[in-house]
Amino acid sequence: MTEASARGGQPQEFEKVLAGSDTAVAQFESHDRTAVERLQHFLHSSPAAVPLIVLIASLAVFAFVIGSRFFSPFSMTLILQQVAIVGIIGAAQTLVILTAGIDLSVGAIMVLTSVVMGQFTFRYGLPAPVAILCGFGVGAACGFLNGWLVAQVKLPPFIVTLGTWQIILAANFLYSANETIRAQDIEAQAPLLQWFGNNIRIGNAVFTYGVIAMVVLVLVLWHVLNHTAWGRHVYAVGDDPEAAELSGVNVNRMLLSVYVLAGLICALAGWALIGRLGSVSPTSGQFANIESITAVVIGGISLFGGRGSILGMLFGALIVGVFSLALRLIGTDPQWTYLLIGVLIIAAVTVDQWIRKVAG
Amino acid sequence: MQSEPLLTARGLVKRYGRVTALDAADFDLYPGEILAVIGDNGAGKSSLIKAISGAITPDEGEIRLDGKPVAFRSPMEARDAGIETVYQNLALSPALSIADNMFLGREIRRPGPLGKWLRMLDRPAMEKRARAMLSELGLMTIQNIGQAVETLSGGQRQGVAVARAAAFGSKVVIMDEPTAALGVKESRRVLELILDVKKRGLPIVLISHNMPHVFEVADRIHIHRLGRRLTVIDPRQYTMSDAVAFMTGAKRPPETAVAA
Repeated sequence: MTEASARGGQPQEFEKVLAGSDTAVAQFESHDRTAVERLQHFLHSSPAAVPLIVLIASLAVFAFVIGSRFFSPFSMTLILQQVAIVGIIGAAQTLVILTAGIDLSVGAIMVLTSVVMGQFTFRYGLPAPVAILCGFGVGAACGFLNGWLVAQVKLPPFIVTLGTWQIILAANFLYSANETIRAQDIEAQAPLLQWFGNNIRIGNAVFTYGVIAMVVLVLVLWHVLNHTAWGRHVYAVGDDPEAAELSGVNVNRMLLSVYVLAGLICALAGWALIGRLGSVSPTSGQFANIESITAVVIGGISLFGGRGSILGMLFGALIVGVFSLALRLIGTDPQWTYLLIGVLIIAAVTVDQWIRKVAG
Repeated sequence: MQSEPLLTARGLVKRYGRVTALDAADFDLYPGEILAVIGDNGAGKSSLIKAISGAITPDEGEIRLDGKPVAFRSPMEARDAGIETVYQNLALSPALSIADNMFLGREIRRPGPLGKWLRMLDRPAMEKRARAMLSELGLMTIQNIGQAVETLSGGQRQGVAVARAAAFGSKVVIMDEPTAALGVKESRRVLELILDVKKRGLPIVLISHNMPHVFEVADRIHIHRLGRRLTVIDPRQYTMSDAVAFMTGAKRPPETAVAA
């Protein structure tokens, strides 16, 4: 190369032909997209759309097949009551899964916190508000243990929470001596524990405080995830932790805060669980972890992290609730519900994979 | 280059066990220049750049920015000091929008109680600034500032990463292999981008293996060899073959060039 070689942005010899080429280097939308591609792009930019469509479609189909016995204010709000606990736990699960983690211990944390709230009131005679605060403290501590093991010790979230699930559940049985606190006793001595069981009636529609708590929680978290820096960082960490770190996100602190918040939300679920059951039972909520993961997956949130909307999780939980109630009303074997939910999970992940190809 | 250097390093040493990655390496960057850093694989140029951008802390030696000694313990500290780095992997979050990516880790919050108590992001302000930055660099063929980065081409992503660095870098912009993953046309655009950033008065450290690109845009070329600065050459006085010969040890550099 000579001295005159291509100084100051002049094209080099082999690049001279570029002068004749299309000047729009970074052109977007270069061709008319087909309807299918447009659909794919729409679903890519609105991840909660698929579960919402499925929810509306299944409501319509069952309303048509079963009629007003299903499509009534009472039945609709009954579904909400039945999914309230899963919805709250699902919110915690969503946060963890968005960071590309998974939390198998959510159900165990919920049960332990409800037992702590009950036993602290009845065994030690603490005032109910103090016992509830202790429950939240225990939830946060369990979340902190998970978060510390994931963020600082760098263990895989699946393994960490598989371990803490067993530990917390065993601690729950050991501490409670497998003893149930009866609903009548709670009602007489500490009605605050059952507070989430209270309801507002509008005609035949029944909204328990637990349902309202679930909806408010999901809306608040939706706002936080989409409109605050913390929420954007949750997505960034789940997407590519290394890139997030280099862009100035403190990944370890982020993960720790997510697991602690998940623990606190599980404690809220523990409190709401007492309202739902009336009693405090150490054997309740055994499948809450699997049910919450189901809601998250059907809700279109990617298990690989960084993608999806918490509203999708709510729709996912409601889809499961709609199928359970509708099939019960039709009078089929309950196994059909599980079978169909299994199909839905696989279908949801298939659609998720297809939508992600938009990036390719 | 009469003025004082903006960023200097003297006697940097970095050892990894028995391997010495940096062996008393020196470095000088002058205001407003494009300094290319070249070197064979394993010559220690990555370690040098990481030390300057805060990704590693050297065992010995001194780094001065604006004449004042600095010791970065993390990339964030270097960033706060005004040194922005465009990493080879770009450090973008694919699922987030262009605007969210540009402001990742330094978001703007709404004024008043919405920002203070609800901690709400000021999306309009962020998008406005992102759009302004991209248009300034001639990248506004990117239509929708709210679209996810994963829907962009490689060149567009590079553009977003460069725009982010140029928008926030107040002192120095470091670019690590910015054209390595790009096609001919997109590389050309990125080289123009680099010159645009230079026009804004920001000095650039360019790490590249692509000799034609280096010789095209660089004002000076820092040749790294065996963990230290071998020489700094003027690309107008040497050929690419000379540079490669110095870099690989096939030829010894003239003593005078070191002072350049």
